[in-house]
Amino acid sequence: MTMKTKKLLLGDEALALGAINAGLSGAYAYPGTPSTEILEFVQCNDVAKSRGIHSHWSSNEKTALEEALGMSFCGKRAIVSMKHVGLNVAADPFVNSAMTGAHGGLLVISADDPSMHSSQNEQDSRFYASFAMMPALEPSSQQEAYDMGTYGFSLSEELHLPVMIRMVTRLAHSRAVVETDENPENENELAYPANPRQWVLMPGNSRVRYRELIAQQADLERLSEESKFNRFQEGSNRRIGILVSGIAYNYVNECFPDGCPFPLLKISQYPLPRNMVAKLADSCDMVLVVEEGQPVIERGLRGLLDRGVSVRGKLDGTLPSSGELNPDNVAAAIAALVPDMKKQLLKASPEPAKIVAPRPPALCQGCGHRDVYAALNAALEEFPSPKVFGDIGCYTLGWLAPYNAIDTCVDMGASITMAKGAADAGQHPSVAIIGDSTFTHSGMTGLLDAINENTPMTVIISDNLTTGMTGGQESQGTGKIEEICLGLGVSPEHLMTIDSLPRNHAEMKTLFQQEFSYKGLSVIVSRRECIQTARRHAKK
Amino acid sequence: MKTDIILAGVGGQGILSIATILGAAALRDDLYLKQAEVHGMSQRGGDVMSCLRISSTPIASDLIPTGAADLIVSLEPMESLRYVQFLSPTGWIVSNTVPFVNIPDYPAINDVINELERRDNVIAFDMDATAKEVATQRSSNMVLLGAASTLIDIPTEKIENGIRTIFAAKGEKMVESNLAAFRAGRLRAQHREQ
Repeated sequence: MTMKTKKLLLGDEALALGAINAGLSGAYAYPGTPSTEILEFVQCNDVAKSRGIHSHWSSNEKTALEEALGMSFCGKRAIVSMKHVGLNVAADPFVNSAMTGAHGGLLVISADDPSMHSSQNEQDSRFYASFAMMPALEPSSQQEAYDMGTYGFSLSEELHLPVMIRMVTRLAHSRAVVETDENPENENELAYPANPRQWVLMPGNSRVRYRELIAQQADLERLSEESKFNRFQEGSNRRIGILVSGIAYNYVNECFPDGCPFPLLKISQYPLPRNMVAKLADSCDMVLVVEEGQPVIERGLRGLLDRGVSVRGKLDGTLPSSGELNPDNVAAAIAALVPDMKKQLLKASPEPAKIVAPRPPALCQGCGHRDVYAALNAALEEFPSPKVFGDIGCYTLGWLAPYNAIDTCVDMGASITMAKGAADAGQHPSVAIIGDSTFTHSGMTGLLDAINENTPMTVIISDNLTTGMTGGQESQGTGKIEEICLGLGVSPEHLMTIDSLPRNHAEMKTLFQQEFSYKGLSVIVSRRECIQTARRHAKK
Repeated sequence: MKTDIILAGVGGQGILSIATILGAAALRDDLYLKQAEVHGMSQRGGDVMSCLRISSTPIASDLIPTGAADLIVSLEPMESLRYVQFLSPTGWIVSNTVPFVNIPDYPAINDVINELERRDNVIAFDMDATAKEVATQRSSNMVLLGAASTLIDIPTEKIENGIRTIFAAKGEKMVESNLAAFRAGRLRAQHREQ
């Protein structure tokens, strides 16, 4: 019998440890809440360190996924992790990795953020898996996240396909006791794919491969029917049946401490197992679909005509169509469908205290972004309609009072490209503000566009020498920002560097004004170490 | 046993170390535990909340339902009030009374304290002062843990062992001063209950 050790782990950590214990050879990622702790765990893990398992941060999610795919090509087991919007960046290799298939086990972990705790949207990664025709796993607990390391790699190698693991914030960032294995599996040996043709996605090869992928879907569904992570539970009360996926399973169970009285189908592996779904539908009058994120399963069940089995969920307002699930809104949904259970399900709670004021997040005291915004606002005062295009990072908080300094925040790198489009439209001044890590993630290519046309705009790279918002991971451009700009072709006369410090306020303001008056592209690197990482470095 | 705790505070105040210590203690006591944390943007000086559920039987949800929390444990008085709708009719609030003012419209502190103290089942005092008396102000979170520990059914020595584990890397002096803060908080709460 194998030894088990109990550990207290975040969902992210459980998943990372599960992968390490299953013979992981490489972990790839770009930081993004709520996925960051996966790679961080691998970086600190003793087995990973002694085996030299790859765990360096990548420049962005696309490079990370391609690197992981390269490792899989060589027969070794790899994971790549990102937040949900990071999968947009990696969408090209993601979709095409189902076409090439995987050789060594490949897990693509995408962590969704319903309720947008730290994100721009609530997109649901499961759509991507179905779009790419790839199997997906959705753990409902930290233990399942751990177990899906071994299971996911085996599934990937059995199907010769990458496997998506869909996480959500409340699992990624929630700790629980997990039973873990003592002895990690050996890594795979270097070995090459049996069919090298399908790794060259030229049209002739792709057409052959795509037919195979379509034919494989029946296998994917069969494996979902047989999966230990998909379970049908009988129930004596047939007024409703509950189809529940991932972490939502816990909220349903929370409603029924003595066991769920309704037939229930728990889904943690996709594509949906049609026979199990049919069994649930046949055993009740109405199906309530409880899923975290967008109504992926519910849409599938309803279809376009929605004339079959009575389906309830997010599309008809039984459950809220935005924001994350919780024990309260799940209880309310069940109570709405089974009114005589209201008393049992809905408990009185105290009124919220009216005196409480909102406390939004803010830039830290001693943060260099503050000095940049103070100087930028002062420099822009003389213009009637300046526009500042922001980006993704702590400095997005510059939109809030007291700075109210940015006009847009869309996606990684969009500051530079939107400022360019605005300048093309005749906007002046057109200013982009971007952090160092975001710049190397997705800003460099857009900057090349502006360089090639010498677009009259000003790019401020607010360099805090780290990836700050996600907790201070190393930034891929540290020490190289000016060289990168020069290498891309920024004019040396209009590439400036200044320390973003309160005492440099007047100098920064003058510098900004000077470059606003230049009718071409300027890049100003304002630099000061993140106060959070500086404190940590001081302690060492 | 089953204790559902809402841990509250302002990003950067150190509520998560309380969760870590109780987690270590619960694991040693062979209890089930679930603890949902907040990472990312909200950690930057915004309100932060963590659900900590400890039980001798398996726990379903990572989040605590409204009206079900046994305890609100807060490092800041207004933050303790932000989550009162989660409190069960028999639940307790344990809170520091020192405000953390980083917003322009922070209400009058007396109004906040009055709102807090008019409720049943409240243990609230100046935990920064207690921490300063026996250790340093930075240990106020251990004073809070000490006060809250009087209402949590985990043996005190197991929580103290948790404190030892967490601070061991920072040296014996750090361990002792945090233990002193913990005991002072505990004593103060016990005194108050009588």
